Amino acid sequence: MKKQITTVAFKDTQEQRAKLDALIEKYKNEKGPMMPILQGAQDIYGYLPIEVQRYISIQTEVPLSEIYGIASFYSQFLLNPKGQYAVSVCLGTACYVKGSGLLMEKLTEVLGIKNGEITPDKKFSLDATRCIGACGLAPVITVNEDVYGRLEPKDIPDIIAKY
Amino acid sequence: MNTVNVKINGREYAVPANSTILEAARYAGIEIPTLCYLKDINAIGACRLCLVEVKGARGLVTACVYPVNEGMEIFTNTPKVKAARKTNIELVLSAHEKKCLSCIRSTNCELQKYANEFGADESRFSGRNTKEAIDDSTVFLVRDNNKCILCRRCVAACNKLQGIGVIGANNRGFDTNIACAFEKNLSDTSCISCGQCIVACPVGALYEKDDTQKVLDAIADPTKHVAICAAPSVRATIGECFGYEPGTDVEGKMVAAMKRLGFDGVYDMNFTADLTIVEEANEFIGRVQNGGKLPMITSCSPGWIKYCEHYFPEFTDNLSTCKSPQQMFGALYKTYFAKKMGLDPKDIVFVSAIPCTAKKFEVTRPGQSVEDGIPGVDIAITTRELARMISGAGIDFTKMPDEEFDKPIEIGSGAGVIFGATGGVMEAALRTAAETILNKPLEKLEFDDVRGTESIKRATYKLGDLEVKVAVASGTANAKKLLKAVQSGEEKVDFIEIMGCPGGCVNGGGQPVQPASVRNNVNLVELRSKVLYDADSKEEIRKSHENPIVKMVYEEFLGEPNSHVAHEILHTHYVKRGL
Ligand code: SF4
Ligand code: SF4
Ligand code: SF4
Ligand code: FES
Repeated sequence: MKKQITTVAFKDTQEQRAKLDALIEKYKNEKGPMMPILQGAQDIYGYLPIEVQRYISIQTEVPLSEIYGIASFYSQFLLNPKGQYAVSVCLGTACYVKGSGLLMEKLTEVLGIKNGEITPDKKFSLDATRCIGACGLAPVITVNEDVYGRLEPKDIPDIIAKY
Repeated sequence: MNTVNVKINGREYAVPANSTILEAARYAGIEIPTLCYLKDINAIGACRLCLVEVKGARGLVTACVYPVNEGMEIFTNTPKVKAARKTNIELVLSAHEKKCLSCIRSTNCELQKYANEFGADESRFSGRNTKEAIDDSTVFLVRDNNKCILCRRCVAACNKLQGIGVIGANNRGFDTNIACAFEKNLSDTSCISCGQCIVACPVGALYEKDDTQKVLDAIADPTKHVAICAAPSVRATIGECFGYEPGTDVEGKMVAAMKRLGFDGVYDMNFTADLTIVEEANEFIGRVQNGGKLPMITSCSPGWIKYCEHYFPEFTDNLSTCKSPQQMFGALYKTYFAKKMGLDPKDIVFVSAIPCTAKKFEVTRPGQSVEDGIPGVDIAITTRELARMISGAGIDFTKMPDEEFDKPIEIGSGAGVIFGATGGVMEAALRTAAETILNKPLEKLEFDDVRGTESIKRATYKLGDLEVKVAVASGTANAKKLLKAVQSGEEKVDFIEIMGCPGGCVNGGGQPVQPASVRNNVNLVELRSKVLYDADSKEEIRKSHENPIVKMVYEEFLGEPNSHVAHEILHTHYVKRGL
């Protein structure tokens, strides 16, 4: 599955930008600077939106396409901001055939946000993920570390209400 | 040269010490099949088509990246090698949209060729069947990733040849796709429209936006007067689409074929190449004499213009304001010539045959129209599209007689024809500038220092009291190097020629696609340029300002070079786009 790209507007503070500058300065002239820069940038912002990647591209003169290639390749890099509670719906084959698409629809309705978005109060974010290896429980959603399996759309409101 | 002794298929060879197995084999007259490898820019060992056996090595090795060493024994053609290559092709085919019947690259596709040669079974494995969206967001290029084999040759061309890097490999595993960052449309990036990615692609995943139907429709419309002009370099390359060796001049046959397509006029763009030179040389002299912005940089390559606007907006005032030859032609055709021929510009469809995808973008630019709603050039078709129209009309190109361009625009000078090669515009401009300043004929017309296929060329010429430092760069990666040196003050120049594509128009993104087996072994730029320099040396008129049609147009219409009318019709302006 291709990585979802956020539609949430980006904001940063002067403090964050100063940290990012220091980070780029530190690794810029080293060999293979992009992994540590992207990791550091994600620590600063929580995710790697286009604004941050473009800024890194201009400062390091590495094409944005190359940076995005790395960011979309490694699963550790996030292109979406995460809420306090990150809700993930498994769209792996097993979950999908058992109706995880419907769970996604229900979550969109309950949370009022689409796949890849975050609620305005930053409490919940919603993402689709690849198979998480809990196929026996299909269809599955996770909220941070908590796993909920064998769900139907009607179970969703109660789960969300717990947080 | 240091050599090492290797055995290839049982025979002994001394090969250059630091070659790869692929290079060593070629040395021994053996062509190992490759899909992802492109000399100098893409040696990534991804497709695994170039597998060979090496005695003592574990498993098969990829010849394109594996270095030879003393005593190495290589086998390029064993049953094991052949079976592995076949399987790898079959795996590629499993994820490929196999639509050879309608594919734009059918019969000129490296994948199709190898699949056929290896006897591959296209349905042995069933692979992904998700459909990728087609990116046709620009006016010049289409990306159909359903046919992409992930060789990354386009990425290397964009990044390394051109120094742009707006495309790359996104995601991973089965989801890997070649696209722009954040899956943006190409039209939303700072792609310069050069088309170098297209001519690097082995398959039908990248191609120009085909405008041939528009041309055919116009020709079929009896109320339209449809004229076409052919850019200097097209005559040097279009033969390749009909089986001629690279470097064959087919001007006469090309003209004959164009006439048989039913155009109302078939003209030589060399004429407006000459006009561009007269305008540009005088603009340069003017800038030198009046303290204008220097260095002045040529403006006839729209790929370069878009590059400048995106990546070096601070240099847009250095650009000559001259339109490119195709735009000058369209503009004059719909004004001066229309009046002369008694035509209403609204009824004219002006087509240009060009080596370049960027010119498709150029025709859509504001500041290029004759008047509101009347574009200078209506449709720009690449060399490949022209060839497609010719075959599509059942015209046997090879059997064409040699014919001449239509009057009244049949004359181009030798200076005009060399426009198509890197350094050609500079040489043409110097011929005219020198004679204008010195006010006497030059003894030697060749400016050898600006000829040749090097990436950046420099020279200093004395034109009377004036010392002119010139530089010539082709390919935007080289342009970047040159401009950075100018910016930092490291390099002092007065006049710069830049062509967006490496080697100039002869190697444009709209030119016939040659497979890697040719690109890797033959210097296409050199072969194709030679056609143009040979044509120049045979011309009677070799200076732009001596072209009689150019003279006539000034006398009857434009007045002087850089006159008010000339500015209205032949000059344009630029935008600072940024990234
Ligand atoms: S890219 Fe090649 S193999 Fe694929 S459909 Fe086109 S011609 Fe056939
Ligand atoms: S047209 Fe040129 S700039 Fe655009 S993607 Fe292709 S190679 Fe890159
Ligand atoms: S688009 Fe063409 S050149 Fe680019 S990776 Fe795909 S097959 Fe290779
Ligand atoms: S791996 Fe050698 S050509 Fe592709």
